[in-house]
Amino acid sequence: MAVIFDKTKGLTDKTFHYCPGCTHGIIHRLVAEVMEELNLLDKAIGVAPVGCAVFAYDYFNCDMQEAAHGRAPAVATGIKRVHPESAVFTYQGDGDLASIGAAEIVHAAMRGEKFTTIFVNNAIYGMTGGQMAPTTLVGQKATTAPLGRDENHAGLPLRVSEMLATIPKAVFVERVSVHDVKHIIQAKKAIKKAFQAQMAGKGFTLVEVLSTCPTNWGKTPLESLKWLEENMIPYYPLGNYRSPEEVR
Amino acid sequence: MAKELWKGNEAIAEAAIKAGCRFFFGYPITPQNEIPEYMSLRMPQVDGCFLQAESEVAAINMVYGAAGAGARVMTSSSSPGISLKQEGITYCAGAELPCVIVNIVRGGPGLGGIQPAQSDYFQATKGGGHGDYRLIVLAPASVQEAVDLVQQAFDMADQYRNPVMVMGDGMIGQMMEPVEFTEVEKRPLPEKTWATTGTKGERQTNVINSLFIDPAECEKHNHRLYEKYKAIENNETRVEKYNLDGAEIVFVAYGTTARIVKNAISALEKEGIKAGMIRPITLWPYPYKAIEEAAGLDSVKAFMAVEMSMGQMVEDVRLAAAGKKPVHFYGRTGGMVPTPKAVVEQAKMILGGVK
Repeated sequence: MAVIFDKTKGLTDKTFHYCPGCTHGIIHRLVAEVMEELNLLDKAIGVAPVGCAVFAYDYFNCDMQEAAHGRAPAVATGIKRVHPESAVFTYQGDGDLASIGAAEIVHAAMRGEKFTTIFVNNAIYGMTGGQMAPTTLVGQKATTAPLGRDENHAGLPLRVSEMLATIPKAVFVERVSVHDVKHIIQAKKAIKKAFQAQMAGKGFTLVEVLSTCPTNWGKTPLESLKWLEENMIPYYPLGNYRSPEEVR
Repeated sequence: MAKELWKGNEAIAEAAIKAGCRFFFGYPITPQNEIPEYMSLRMPQVDGCFLQAESEVAAINMVYGAAGAGARVMTSSSSPGISLKQEGITYCAGAELPCVIVNIVRGGPGLGGIQPAQSDYFQATKGGGHGDYRLIVLAPASVQEAVDLVQQAFDMADQYRNPVMVMGDGMIGQMMEPVEFTEVEKRPLPEKTWATTGTKGERQTNVINSLFIDPAECEKHNHRLYEKYKAIENNETRVEKYNLDGAEIVFVAYGTTARIVKNAISALEKEGIKAGMIRPITLWPYPYKAIEEAAGLDSVKAFMAVEMSMGQMVEDVRLAAAGKKPVHFYGRTGGMVPTPKAVVEQAKMILGGVK
């Protein structure tokens, strides 16, 4: 019998703790498959964040370090400087990367640190229970924005990919989504390109993945996928913002 | 090697290089700037890496990453910057990452000042960051001792998988003194089999982590850390006992202040007053036993802690003396340095009172 689908060696057998309908599991799988396909697992060192993906070190089947909240890019900098030949990645949510870790990600990009950041944007703090994130959409309800985000009070959501794409040494920046199969396939391609650009020593690489949080959005998994498509993508346009060919 | 004249900060940096430190992450702050400046020039010469981080917070987290990746790594800062590093320091302690942190202490609190101080004693020895953990804290009293201790600090860090802080003050960092770089005694050190180097297909995956979500596991982790701290207390406590024989008054002072106290002891001797000193070299583990023993000496009438602070280490002196002898305190703070004359006067006042 032909094998149609097999679990990647890039993931351990540990059962994910993620909520039903959360897309972290898909994104983990894509990153792990890419590392396996590029033969990077035995030289990969990942950095897990604080937030929903805090246990990522239990799931990725490679060396891992757990970082303090927002500090994954600084930790990854230390690792990659020690082992320049290794494949280093950070896996960070939007509270971690766009709020408390904003300085670390900007300066890692500025220095052109040669690692790959998987930036999972679900427009909310998931682990702590649905608080407003820098990426929460205007009008979107959160436990610290019970009437919905008010732009006059809390500003407008941060577009991280667009911001980082202005940094010369951020050589690969792409925003993708995982709300349907077509986009999942595109997301994997982007993640693969990012790792390839890293291994070619081009500079800092980041893939922003729009993701769902049914639990804290108060929606079913299916409603969540639809909400992402109809609300997040218009504000966070998908596409490639930087690729190595652009670098002169 | 002959003696050379070295500025404290630069000597500390060179000592780290000589100890095999090849990664340095730092951020500018006075009065320790010569350390990152020296490293920026020197590291490339030895195929090492100097990186100026965007903040002290980032610098200590780069240290975390590099230490977790198995490297000999150091950062340096001064008081306000060390406050910023506390998050990373407790993570390093929790994940048991060997690294060396230099604090060239200046006056506080807040922005404080840029002159020498010892007011970070509590922060260095009683926690600093959150959670139950200990740093090994080394307090050099001369540039030569700074050079020797920095080299040993890396071995201590590796032996115990624990962060080590070298705590000087602005005076140690800024003054020039004759220095001889001698080989420090090598310790047998364990292999870093835990480091994240990439598995290379040769071993199981390694994880650097301080998260234990099950409280029973977290408690077990803390107990294991404390067994290690107990071993450090037993093996690494260092103290200089000076002129204790027949001393009426015993000063307790560390770092630059101990140098000043030695002058005061000579001055007192000329006036026929016998004084001695206990100089902690390790601030943690603290040499309680040396003080306890001195408290038992018949000649000793009182202790006097001298610090460049409002009185921090004096609390440990009181703990050790345990009420057997009175413990007095004299200090200057905010960047002011005590004079030998003031120390002499204080001592005479205390002895008058004790008599």
